[in-house]
Amino acid sequence: MKAFTKLTGPVLVLEQENIDTDQIIPARFLTATDFDGIGDHLFADWRLDSSGEPKPEHVLNEPRASHSPILVAGHNFGCGSSREHAPHALLGFGFRVVISSQIADIFRSNSQNVGLLPVVLEADQHATLMQMDGEEITVDLEQCKVDVRTADGAEHSWPFTIDPFARHCLLRGLDRFEFLNQAEDAIVSYEENR
Amino acid sequence: MSEPESLFDKLWNSHLVQEQSESTPAVIYIDLHLVHEVTSPQGFDLLREKGIGVRRPELTLATLDHSTPTLPANSDGERPYYTKQAKRQVQTLRDNCQEFGIELHDWDSPYRGIVHVMGPELGATQPGMTIVCGDSHTSTHGAFGSLAFGIGTTEVGHVLARQCLLQNKPKSMRINVDGMLPDGVTAKDLALNIIRYLGMNGGTGFVIEYAGEAVRSLDMEGRMTLCNLTIEAGARAGMIAPDETTINYLRGKARVPQGEAFDQAAAKWLQLASDPDAVFDSEIKLEAPAMRPAITYGTDPGMSVDIGEPVPPADSVSHKKALQYMGFQGGQQMSERIVDVVFIGSCTNGRLSDLRAAANVLRGRNIAGHVRMLVVPGSESVRRQAESEGLHDTFSAAGAEWRLPGCSMCLAMNGDLVGPGETAVSTSNRNFEGRQGKGSRTLLASPETAAASAVMGYVAKLSDLEPMEINR
Repeated sequence: MKAFTKLTGPVLVLEQENIDTDQIIPARFLTATDFDGIGDHLFADWRLDSSGEPKPEHVLNEPRASHSPILVAGHNFGCGSSREHAPHALLGFGFRVVISSQIADIFRSNSQNVGLLPVVLEADQHATLMQMDGEEITVDLEQCKVDVRTADGAEHSWPFTIDPFARHCLLRGLDRFEFLNQAEDAIVSYEENR
Repeated sequence: MSEPESLFDKLWNSHLVQEQSESTPAVIYIDLHLVHEVTSPQGFDLLREKGIGVRRPELTLATLDHSTPTLPANSDGERPYYTKQAKRQVQTLRDNCQEFGIELHDWDSPYRGIVHVMGPELGATQPGMTIVCGDSHTSTHGAFGSLAFGIGTTEVGHVLARQCLLQNKPKSMRINVDGMLPDGVTAKDLALNIIRYLGMNGGTGFVIEYAGEAVRSLDMEGRMTLCNLTIEAGARAGMIAPDETTINYLRGKARVPQGEAFDQAAAKWLQLASDPDAVFDSEIKLEAPAMRPAITYGTDPGMSVDIGEPVPPADSVSHKKALQYMGFQGGQQMSERIVDVVFIGSCTNGRLSDLRAAANVLRGRNIAGHVRMLVVPGSESVRRQAESEGLHDTFSAAGAEWRLPGCSMCLAMNGDLVGPGETAVSTSNRNFEGRQGKGSRTLLASPETAAASAVMGYVAKLSDLEPMEINR
């Protein structure tokens, strides 16, 4: 897993609420036995026409999309299935951060496990960001804040909370499995009494 | 006196290998790990990468369900996989199970089926267990008073390797459904009513315990339908305290203790119910008698109406987009919608009672000429029992297709598709855009409603059907 500390870059906004994992990566792309190249199928049914060609009018096909590492999406992002293919597809496409006012439970933990940073902001902050398509912001995991300069020139620094262990692992690019390994004695003792 | 505990507290506490701290998650032990072909390959890769085996293969159980064709093999024994990749995925699971010594219910198993149908049938699912699977509908198993939830593939690797998971304790919610459901209102309708009330994200961060007279009155298959749909309100796990209904279902199942040992286990299971003073982070009361059969009209399972009610007017951008995708307008009668496809099946409604309910509607009737109807049993056991009752003949005689078990058209990754722009009334769990095939439009409903709609050829309720003469 790639470490994440701090990132400055333009945001890409997807306004829809309740973007589910079937949109992020439709089920027909789940038959692969690895995650290689899965980013090519991100939002396939929104982004690609029936012959698989990119629809030029879709925001994810604009040239800037590949240089926008921060996805800002409507409320309740990532609901639906447990497919880890969803955060892998977002990473594969080039996103490192997903910001919303709510992020679904399984998607959030999957993201943290594979190195995509999920950030949940307050509704008003999120609403402001939703109006800032293409603007540059800074997401700082060290300080747990999002720095934004709005159109009126005002600078904002919005704190966010994240599970401390997920933060610890993301900051260092640590595989959570190592922590499980350290619990081996406790596992053995649990199994003896089970 | 110790602190009163909820069912969830009891399950959580009894599986703590290592307590949660301010900076680290809890380590919890997993009693049953269910595995299928789609979300496991990269989990097994982790084992190979680390050079380790499966810690507890006997607590791991695998089946083929998502990528499997529902049409039979040809005369050469060749199965009609949708793609070469699908076939390869199935072979990969077979290879992994062989390499790591895991019990796999392959094509030749009399128990193969959708993972959430098969586990309970085998009695592998038991009260008091922690159960995980790389599949969000793992919540189904909570019907037995287990803590069961879906995990990602990285976590599948963790459980294979260490039989444990890193978790923070979720919040708890109890939903009390008081009174009895009216006749003709099914577990599916109850679930759709609850999701409509909570919204598709109202359960996010919670584990839900279902309680109250209406829940207690459900049989095990109904309870599984209810718990199955918990994730559609955003909650990872739903659960119901074990009672006599649970015990009676499990007695004699292959993997439960037998004889006296079963009675001892059952006595323990009955102790799992929430203590009378247990505290929940959120508690909700709903009235069952006010509930009616429901059907979805939008693109999330929370967007449903009572059958007979018009499509509500769009009140937000997302709602408007959903109606546009579905081809509905606010105020429109659902019954105006011509139905192209009807799907009976899935881990939500692919059990014997679901097939019986649909067959009862279809017996002596024909489906409308323009409707294509697929009936897909949830498992080989369901198929066998249904065929022994002649249900397959009822479906075939009515004009429906009787298929082999699997997830099939619920998520359409095996080639069982709803075409672009087509409307399907489906007993499955998700009506997301394109869920049943690119451009497909899904209306979620009970088996009864789905079968009635197949007969009428438009969105219909049971009472729309002409009464049949007796003895037909």
